[in-house]
Amino acid sequence: MKPQSRAFKTNATQALTNEPLKKALGGIKHGFVANRARARANLPEFEQLRDEAKAVKEHTLAHLDLYLEEYEKKVTASGGHVHWAPTASDAREAILKICQDAGAKTVTKGKTMIGEEIAINDYLEDAGITPVETDLGEYLIQIRNEAPSHIIAPAIHLTKDQVEADFRKLHTSLPYDRVLEEPAQLVAEARKMLREQFLAADVGITGANLLIAETGTSVIVTNEGNGDLTQCLPRVHIVIASIEKTVPTLEDANTILRVLARSATGQECSTYTTFTTGPKRPEDPDGPEEYHVVLLDNGRTEMLGSEFHDMLRCIRCGACMNHCPVYGAVGGHAYGWVYPGPMGAVLTPSLIGIDEAGHLPNASTFCGRCEAVCPMRIPLPKMMRHYREREYEKGNTPHRYKLGLKLWAFAAKRYRLYQALTGLAIPLMARFGKRSGRFRTIPLAGGWTRHRDLPAPQGKTFQQLWREKEAKS
Amino acid sequence: MAKTEIAEAKPSVGLFVTCLVDLIRPSVGFAAVKLLEEAGCKVEVPRAQTCCGQPAYNSGDKKDAHELALNTIAAFEGYDYVVAPSGSCAGMLSHHYPELLGDNPETAERAHAFAKKAHELVSFLVDVRGIKKVDIKYSGRVTYHDSCAGLRELGIKDQPRKLLKSIQGLKLQEMDEAEICCGFGGTFCIKYPDISNAIVEKKTANITASKSDCLLAGDLGCLMNMAGKLSREGRQMDVRHVAEVLAGMTDEPAIGANGGES
Ligand code: SF4
Repeated sequence: MKPQSRAFKTNATQALTNEPLKKALGGIKHGFVANRARARANLPEFEQLRDEAKAVKEHTLAHLDLYLEEYEKKVTASGGHVHWAPTASDAREAILKICQDAGAKTVTKGKTMIGEEIAINDYLEDAGITPVETDLGEYLIQIRNEAPSHIIAPAIHLTKDQVEADFRKLHTSLPYDRVLEEPAQLVAEARKMLREQFLAADVGITGANLLIAETGTSVIVTNEGNGDLTQCLPRVHIVIASIEKTVPTLEDANTILRVLARSATGQECSTYTTFTTGPKRPEDPDGPEEYHVVLLDNGRTEMLGSEFHDMLRCIRCGACMNHCPVYGAVGGHAYGWVYPGPMGAVLTPSLIGIDEAGHLPNASTFCGRCEAVCPMRIPLPKMMRHYREREYEKGNTPHRYKLGLKLWAFAAKRYRLYQALTGLAIPLMARFGKRSGRFRTIPLAGGWTRHRDLPAPQGKTFQQLWREKEAKS
Repeated sequence: MAKTEIAEAKPSVGLFVTCLVDLIRPSVGFAAVKLLEEAGCKVEVPRAQTCCGQPAYNSGDKKDAHELALNTIAAFEGYDYVVAPSGSCAGMLSHHYPELLGDNPETAERAHAFAKKAHELVSFLVDVRGIKKVDIKYSGRVTYHDSCAGLRELGIKDQPRKLLKSIQGLKLQEMDEAEICCGFGGTFCIKYPDISNAIVEKKTANITASKSDCLLAGDLGCLMNMAGKLSREGRQMDVRHVAEVLAGMTDEPAIGANGGES
């Protein structure tokens, strides 16, 4: 997917007038947010669990090389293959080669954000292989030719009515007057349409929520069970995952799973949690004959030890975006690439560069709600600020804005000058604003007064009044 | 005020006025002085203060933020406490200065010592000075917005409510989503005005639905944003800093209002 993050401002402004989007985003409050709050309230040790989960990841990242080696050894020992992919194009080539070696025509896919990150669908299609998304949300955006707008609910920007309309248009083999009111009916219909695809696929591609070093196991969590069919039915299973998904032990995986579902959907546990180790063994009734893991770096080792190291703890639960007022207003597409919301505001510049993604770390009020709910306690605002510092140093900050800031800072650092200037300007401004107590328009403050009035100053500054009072007494 | 709870020795407090209160609404500064004095403090206002440096800090301009932070620390060197009528500025002083000045051991130490004595006004009154109630009367229904930095960096939630509820005649009506950002975000509202507007629209809808006649909060930036939006929407609602009500100083026209003239 070609990044559109430079156009954030325009895209956001368009999103703000998109009524179905507003309606769809409005549902997050009663859905994900309310459910997470309930799950948290029902588990007294939730906060402690967050600390434990964070500690697991911190430890893993400090010894990532060792755990990755261990993981590879165990995968190989169980009959699987690990393919190291330093870049997105390495990953794409590795995947295509496996598919071609398998003579694949159709590939089913479980939900994978890494798949989006490396834009695997387009690549396979160009090579004559048809990728079929099997997660309902991914299926919806694939038929609409859209990108995901949320990391766990890729089609969250769509309303039920839009989905119903799409299904009636696309699934013409089904009777037009069928009932499609409940989400469950939509899921059932998608399932029915996908069944044949599952059976016809030569290769199944899934992501991984976790990779366990101790056993060489990959773990996926889903609510639809599509991931299991994707990985069990075809002859070849490819897991695509980024290197920071690793955890040392099964026990550690369990710790993370306990915070993951609660933070993501408010479930205690996702409907399906699947542990997969190697290909089908002789005694297994089913499973793939080949098991491949494509391990993607794509800039992550650069983040290790940097100001953005903590971001590698992210378990992709989506809580930060669910609670973000900016995401809640503009939705995920405005962010212009794979990862939206607060986590995207840090991850996107880390992966595609700050020149491309410069808006994202700026488009935050620093309200801190993301950090407050992040199960891995990632200091998202702090890292966004670090990106702002980089932009400032690089000279990426818009010129007019920087000039204003410089003038203000020059005065603010010299309190006598500052107080002399404000002591003249403020009473004058107060005089102009006295009649109504506010301004409807004001030069150079168009951004403010386009949408709201600017309250007028009361009169003299506090410093003036205080000095006058002191002089009297 | 419940004087019995107050310790005998008068601690010295340097009032960090905050740039917005200094320029836009000095009455909040006077309300803060009154509350602090009633809480048994000796209050002074050092002249050598301007702004905490947050606009520079959050814009990535570390150098200017650094200098402003050192100026502020120097201005308040001699006081037992530094108190600000803003959660956002107090958060800058107590949480971000140590981070900003942490690179060099000498400035780091000064920043830490300074951070320890820096407080937001209402939480200082309740948590440090042990104030439990204010003896004033007020008639009306108020709703309280939790500004983000105060709430999430400093844990300010119950303190203002406790004091507000102690006021005779005041009815506190909670709005829905009181803890959600108003969309101000300092320079954010200038850089992304349309997004900021979408966020504040949700806020004013919640404020209006609370059926209160006065909106309170502890940060003038957020208050100006919400007051500006409410008046643009043509809503009749007083907007005030919580300190004005707690100090019983509500004679001044509300934020963005004209005091009856037209
Ligand atoms: S940054 Fe935190 S809250 Fe956001 S997706 Fe990652 S783990 Fe979840």
